[in-house]
Amino acid sequence: MTTEKGTWTVKKGLAEMLKGGVIMDVTTPEQAKIAEAAGACAVMALERVPADIRAAGGVARMADPTVVLRIMDAVTIPVMAKARIGHFVEAQILESLGADYIDESEVLTPADDLYHINKHDFKVPFVCGARNLGEALRRIGEGAAMIRTKGEPGTGNVVEAVRHARQVMSEIRKLTNMPHEELMTFAKEIGAPYDLVCMVAKEGRLPVVNFAAGGIATPADAALMMQLGVDGVFVGSGIFKSGDPVRRAKAIVAATTHYNDPQVLAEVSKDLGEPMVGIEIPTIPADQRMQERGW
Amino acid sequence: MDKLKIGVLAMQGAFVEHEQMLQSLGCDTVQVRKVEHLADLDGLIIPGGESTTIGKLLVDFGLAESVQKRAQQGMPVWGTCAGLILMAKEIAGSEQYRLGLMDITAVRNAFGRQVDSFEVPLAIDEVSSEPYPAVFIRAPFIEKAGPSVKILAEHNGKVVMARQGSFLASAFHPELTQDGRVHAYFMDVVRESRQKV
Repeated sequence: MTTEKGTWTVKKGLAEMLKGGVIMDVTTPEQAKIAEAAGACAVMALERVPADIRAAGGVARMADPTVVLRIMDAVTIPVMAKARIGHFVEAQILESLGADYIDESEVLTPADDLYHINKHDFKVPFVCGARNLGEALRRIGEGAAMIRTKGEPGTGNVVEAVRHARQVMSEIRKLTNMPHEELMTFAKEIGAPYDLVCMVAKEGRLPVVNFAAGGIATPADAALMMQLGVDGVFVGSGIFKSGDPVRRAKAIVAATTHYNDPQVLAEVSKDLGEPMVGIEIPTIPADQRMQERGW
Repeated sequence: MDKLKIGVLAMQGAFVEHEQMLQSLGCDTVQVRKVEHLADLDGLIIPGGESTTIGKLLVDFGLAESVQKRAQQGMPVWGTCAGLILMAKEIAGSEQYRLGLMDITAVRNAFGRQVDSFEVPLAIDEVSSEPYPAVFIRAPFIEKAGPSVKILAEHNGKVVMARQGSFLASAFHPELTQDGRVHAYFMDVVRESRQKV
């Protein structure tokens, strides 16, 4: 009997297994262990969290393979890692290390200002950011097996994640009410592959799992995104830039499971210590907004 | 006979896919997040997801003991992938929480990392005479099984599905296919147990 690896079903399937969960940014094996013990369903191995990347400026690249490997050794949950937009060699390196998912991420400095990675070329699955339905379907067309809202990374401000999640959901709702003859023009307008537009119109949802990311800092933020209809959340700087990462990590995990239960949310939101310091979006110069990266 | 009412543990993971499959086969379903959701269930599925995450939430929200109690009173339980790990008495090299309902030793991520995840047509004679399209994602296998455990399927010499009384464990994900045969098999187990009561 023939065994097939790296199929669309297993790529998309791992994302299905992450649903209802929290994926946490970590920079050391110790942080990875804290995240795993708190109930993270996966970790993102990084050299610096987005808030520090933002503060440091300069060119942000794939993490040193040593950082990724050490984190892979430290935990049993899936380990993701980031490659620059369009940098297919960074992706090849991460695949060869055995990373479980690659995030082709706007948090890093793009390596190509026109094209994203052809993700169909890889056995490892990819997640990509999106601000709207067109962007999500372009990434899926290129082979992304999971989507996340971009939000505005490293800000601790959930407003952009909310905007992007609402935008995607509202476009999907609009699409499901369209007669078939309007779909091609809609596909042209949003710059999305026609076959995927037809699929979304029929199913009423994205063909892959959709998480929220970019600015989630509290259990209430995580539950807000879940109630808006995403499948799970990424928390970047929000945990390890806060006063009590262990408590906050556990609370965000619990809030993501019990997102519809205000009593549980109230309970887990108590005594979490200082949240990360947030940034107002208008104070970030347009050319420093990470969400604008990606084509 | 009344419709079967089967719960799907909804701490984290692919619980919606199990519900959709069960509903397409004519069951009522319940997402189980709290103890009260266990009331009057005919059976329970523990879905794929992360076993450490699901185990931790089971304990933190006081559900672990209630699930064990209902299972010991005869409620059929089926664990897929992460669910298999939670069904096991022993988990090789790990102290993580488990329900321990089946006399088996599970090995986590036993076929490798995600790049080694695979699909294969799997022979499960007890379920069907035709092979089943099995999807393995960072899957575990069963390294050891006690005398009262019946082995239902193997892949490359590794045990990937087993049954002990009304408890079932599979290393693969029937909920990610369009093929309802394994769910129908579990529904038969649930019906048998209902008749005994």
